[in-house]
Amino acid sequence: MAQTNKKKSGAPKSVSVRDERWLHFYRQMLKIRLFEEEVNQLYLGAKMPGLAHLYIGEEAVAVGVCEALRQTDYITSTHRGHGHCIAKGAKLDNMFAELLGKAAGYCRGKGGSMHIADQESGNLGANAIVGGSTGIATGAALSARMRGTDQVAVCFFGDGALGQGLLYEAMNMAALWKLPVIYVCENNQYNEYTHYSETTAGPLTARAEAFGIRTKAIDGQDVKIVHEAAVKSVEKARRSEGPSFILCNTYRFYGHHVGDIDRAYYRSKQEEEEWKSQRDPIQILGHWLLKNKLADRSSLARIESAIAADIKRAVTSALEAPYPEIHEVRQHVFA
Amino acid sequence: MKVSSDNSSVSETKTRQITFAQAINEAIAEEMRRDPTVFIIGEDVAEAGTPFKVLSGLVKEFGTGRVIDSPISEAGITGIGVGAAMTGMRPIVDIMFGDFLTLTMDQLVNQAAKTRYMSGGKLKVPLVLRTTLGATRRSAAQHSQSLHAWVSHIPGLKVVVPATPYDAKGLLKSAVRDDNPVVFFEDKMMYQLKGPVPEEEYTIPLGVADLKRVGTDITLVATSSMVQVALEAAGILQEADISAEVVDVRTTVPLDKETLIASVRKTSRAIVIDEGYESYGVTAEIASVIAEGGFYYLDAPVRRMGAMDVPVPFSPVLEDQTVPTPDAVAAMAKTLCNKL
Repeated sequence: MAQTNKKKSGAPKSVSVRDERWLHFYRQMLKIRLFEEEVNQLYLGAKMPGLAHLYIGEEAVAVGVCEALRQTDYITSTHRGHGHCIAKGAKLDNMFAELLGKAAGYCRGKGGSMHIADQESGNLGANAIVGGSTGIATGAALSARMRGTDQVAVCFFGDGALGQGLLYEAMNMAALWKLPVIYVCENNQYNEYTHYSETTAGPLTARAEAFGIRTKAIDGQDVKIVHEAAVKSVEKARRSEGPSFILCNTYRFYGHHVGDIDRAYYRSKQEEEEWKSQRDPIQILGHWLLKNKLADRSSLARIESAIAADIKRAVTSALEAPYPEIHEVRQHVFA
Repeated sequence: MKVSSDNSSVSETKTRQITFAQAINEAIAEEMRRDPTVFIIGEDVAEAGTPFKVLSGLVKEFGTGRVIDSPISEAGITGIGVGAAMTGMRPIVDIMFGDFLTLTMDQLVNQAAKTRYMSGGKLKVPLVLRTTLGATRRSAAQHSQSLHAWVSHIPGLKVVVPATPYDAKGLLKSAVRDDNPVVFFEDKMMYQLKGPVPEEEYTIPLGVADLKRVGTDITLVATSSMVQVALEAAGILQEADISAEVVDVRTTVPLDKETLIASVRKTSRAIVIDEGYESYGVTAEIASVIAEGGFYYLDAPVRRMGAMDVPVPFSPVLEDQTVPTPDAVAAMAKTLCNKL
């Protein structure tokens, strides 16, 4: 994973490796947060073509899960995928470049926000079809086993994907064949603009339990809880003990996409404020770090300013980077 | 372009007469022996060897680890195939009836076909999806369609429509080795058709049409199940002193436009025959290619003959009306040649 333990910006010197790890988690989550805030600025400043679906509020899920993985493990992601990409090791400048349609982007500008794939970090791609990657992640797990590796695959998807049949076909086969795949459902409460309770009958976990898949419902705002659940599931998958399903209860602080500003018709300001003030995953870990004296306010502030500087450098280089050559439009249709 | 594979090129090596189904089976077995990353996944592919018995015996040689019986989940197995293909395997996904392609469409169209492009050339999906086409099996509207036009419409998919055992084997081996998603259509009615196939290994490149019969008066362009119809029509036309050339495109994507246009420049007339629905179909695309490339050489409008635009009916007397026949093709050709 990029930029790990070497950057101990501001952490008190007495922390152990284990404790330093939580500071790394904090940095990773903050990196996603600040990246996304910059994406929003690019949209508001009309510098970014199209739209983006911000992950702000859900950072603990991506970081908690991806920190349980190796670089060679696979993930598949969603339209709200920037967090997964960063957590799995994507570089910020290439990500910004992709969002801006530049040649230096992960997909040479052909994918955009919803299709970032990064083979080097095991990211098989974000996917703009809700539930569309559930088969791909399951197939990657089958492939890992057929090739005799101990790689695992993580399939990230939202509560909206619970409405898609493909997920159930894939989970059925994963359970039948004990495939090393972990289904991570990020329940951010809303299928686009509709609360999941209006679209989803019965308990959410019952879906995976019906296939005999190990299932756990957890607080997706506490990165330590997410990480613990992910580590257990990954260990089981590596030991050929089959798939797991982790339901993470979380919240999308922004709208469905950057243009979804007026949200009062589907959720209240009060609800948003409650999550932001009481259930912010970065604040939750920050408070824990402070309480356990693994950081102080000034060291956390130094971490933040260092990341902000990285973001600024990355976005500046992406803004200055060239667009793809016009002839590239016909490239890469076929291998 | 290659002339008459069934006769000239085959005759130089030792050949046997085997069925279309055996040719498919041999192609898969040879590729699985050659490359351990090749595997099969589908419904009733293992012990049953598919309802058409095309895969019989493969599970004995390769085991259930590589010939995987799946649940009845066409979307799921296609998605699993895409994921496996992206991560180093070469899956062959078996979709029993072409009609069930509808169930695979998102995985095929939005995932498999676009992954290479969307990733800026970083990821690849070396997947073969085998399925069937063709009516007149008395199987009614949901087991008789020929939907190869649907996938031919999508950039990023290659589409193979073989018409002989020889072509089926050589093209399937190339499809398995191709780094792109390939949809491979087998005519259900052709499985028991026999033809000469060399004992030695060979492949046929995707994107090269084959002249199944050389002629001078009219070009009959045909695909898959309609190649045999075109050849029979050519026989009828010969008796009427019309020399018909039969061009088998073999793959709709890539399409060998040069061979099509060269043939029409020679004959000045063309009929395109295909078992997909006639409207908005393969026949329309090929007719356009011919019209655009051969306009100044044409003496008559290019005609299309596809399946009737109706859901395929069950009753044999009705179903037989929906598919082009040798007599109908010959009659159309005579009209175009002013010899009716």
